[in-house]
Amino acid sequence: MKPATAAAVRREAAIATVALLVAMAAGSALILAIGQSPARVWGALLARTLGDAGGVAQVLFKATPLLFTGLAVAIALRAGLFNIGVEGQLVAGLLACGVVGGALPAATPGLIAVPLCLLAAATAGGALGAATGALRAWRGSHEVIVGILLNAIVGAVVLWLGDAYLFVGESTRTADVVDGARLATIGPAGTALNTAAPLALAAAAAIAWLFARTRTGARWRAVGAAPDAAACAGGGVRRSMLTAMTLSGAIAGLAAAHYVLGYKYCYEDGVGRGAGFLGIAVALLGRGHPGGVVAAALLLGLLSHGGLVVSDLVPKELFDVLTAVIILAVAASTPMVRRRGLAALTRGARRAGLSGVAADGGAP
Amino acid sequence: MSGLVEAVLSTAFVTQAVRVAVPYACAATGGAITERSGVIDLAIEAKLLFGAFGAAVVAHATGSVWAGLVGGMTAGVAVAMVQLVLGALIAADQVVVGVALNLGAYGLTRYLLQVLYGSSANSPQTVGVGSAVWTSPVFWLAAAAVTAVAWALTRTAPGLRIRAAGDRPAALAAAGVSVARTRAVALAVGGALAGLGGAQLALANHGFSAEMSNGRGYLALAIVILGGWRPAVVAITCLGLGLVEAFAYQVQLELQTRAAAGHGPSDLEQLTGMLAHVLPYLLTLAFLALLPQRARTPRALGRADDAL
Repeated sequence: MKPATAAAVRREAAIATVALLVAMAAGSALILAIGQSPARVWGALLARTLGDAGGVAQVLFKATPLLFTGLAVAIALRAGLFNIGVEGQLVAGLLACGVVGGALPAATPGLIAVPLCLLAAATAGGALGAATGALRAWRGSHEVIVGILLNAIVGAVVLWLGDAYLFVGESTRTADVVDGARLATIGPAGTALNTAAPLALAAAAAIAWLFARTRTGARWRAVGAAPDAAACAGGGVRRSMLTAMTLSGAIAGLAAAHYVLGYKYCYEDGVGRGAGFLGIAVALLGRGHPGGVVAAALLLGLLSHGGLVVSDLVPKELFDVLTAVIILAVAASTPMVRRRGLAALTRGARRAGLSGVAADGGAP
Repeated sequence: MSGLVEAVLSTAFVTQAVRVAVPYACAATGGAITERSGVIDLAIEAKLLFGAFGAAVVAHATGSVWAGLVGGMTAGVAVAMVQLVLGALIAADQVVVGVALNLGAYGLTRYLLQVLYGSSANSPQTVGVGSAVWTSPVFWLAAAAVTAVAWALTRTAPGLRIRAAGDRPAALAAAGVSVARTRAVALAVGGALAGLGGAQLALANHGFSAEMSNGRGYLALAIVILGGWRPAVVAITCLGLGLVEAFAYQVQLELQTRAAAGHGPSDLEQLTGMLAHVLPYLLTLAFLALLPQRARTPRALGRADDAL
């Protein structure tokens, strides 16, 4: 990846735009296949989501957890790792947050309760991320396989812990968190938008700073772009993989701020399901840059709320398909743009009289 | 407890293990041939799911198990061709393509279920093979296919070309063989095999239900890695996984019988049930962590740029 020059930003924006157009075309085809009018569905989707303040607040509400999980995936991507374990890390964080929030003394003030709950969430998610990163770095186990296996294991362990010890009565939820740990709702009445949203934005800003201005961020980028070169330069490849996956898992766990502290006020089985996988789409569409991730989270927030409000016109599963199409389109357009860039570079070098300019030999 | 021991020592238990192992063996052997050609096969899950879906749709429409099998294999090949175009020809990141295909498969099968049958959870009941194993033509077809592919990959000229595409694509190209076409053949065979595994799932169930692949594709890829990308070893490891899952199933059955006999489960029984459920994942994870993996990895795995 190059520094964020204007040309590079334009190129990344071009990739994202192409991906969206492809997704819209695929979506229109699927809408036509069931005999609906694409124009009517897209129109209704926009009118019912962005048409009033309540709709906008609901889009922001849906975008908030996606911003956390998208940032989590983006951090791992920066170090060249694909964190598909975000789903499990998120669930572990939610449960830890709910348990700590419910166990605190009733009079705990917010200034203590909220940080404690978030620390628990980040620790639970971060521990899973660290395990995945360590297995990849020291044992060479593919992080995608490990992540999927851990997702399955975490799901079962959390359900067992809940059933055996933590859930209230016959329900599938933990006790409510104390009043002090609850985040305030913001925005128009009737929406659950809460202060987890600005918290997520602050996390995005912090990660942008981490990427651009710190030695850790530079190491991650070196490891992600060219691990062999980074190893030769003494870049601490293994440690970078471990730290990136740990922080990635911790940020995924922080989505608990939204689900547990801002919305349900407890851990409830099934809440947040799928947000981890959507985070993958958010991170890829946002091209791994925190600013892009914010934009992508808003867009997928719009789509996931939109899927609900137009479900009288098309099955909401359509929007799961669109998410996958977006990922595929981003993945497909990336090498094309990169190759064109490379061809231009080679041409320029030849014109300048240099020969033997190496093609980029790194893994794709 | 004695009931459990008896159950595990019976021939019915072995049959159960083989029944569980068949979709894994098909999917993992397909994954092995795909990866030996140099293409990362994270889309096994999508191929299983679409294979199951294709088999159920065709079996429902025609009333024929055999047509259902063809439908399932065709669906698996179709997913493999998307993977080929994006991952091997355009050279998009193969990990990303695989994950996106899996996510898309979950959504698209549900969408098509809704469109075709008005339910996003299940297809109507179809013809099928039920729990039969030794008398099921599907089992013998799957066993023959797995054996044939394992043999062909190591003992025939096309198999040699596929392995060359994954290890030394430049040498293959220098010998005048198209790397892209070789990979296309490998992906088609791998897709058909995984589709066959999916068809087995749907036909045993007499219909399709949403997300019925249930992560098997990822476990299958883990077994490809654990088996060192050697199809025979991979297929045998799948039998081992079948034994583990059948054992876990027996434990859960035993717990259910106890629960039905008396009051709610004790803490220990709840823990046992959970451990039985995660045992296949836990064991796979443990082996992945403990066994060295790098030595046998196809050298050009994931490097589509080499063929361009």
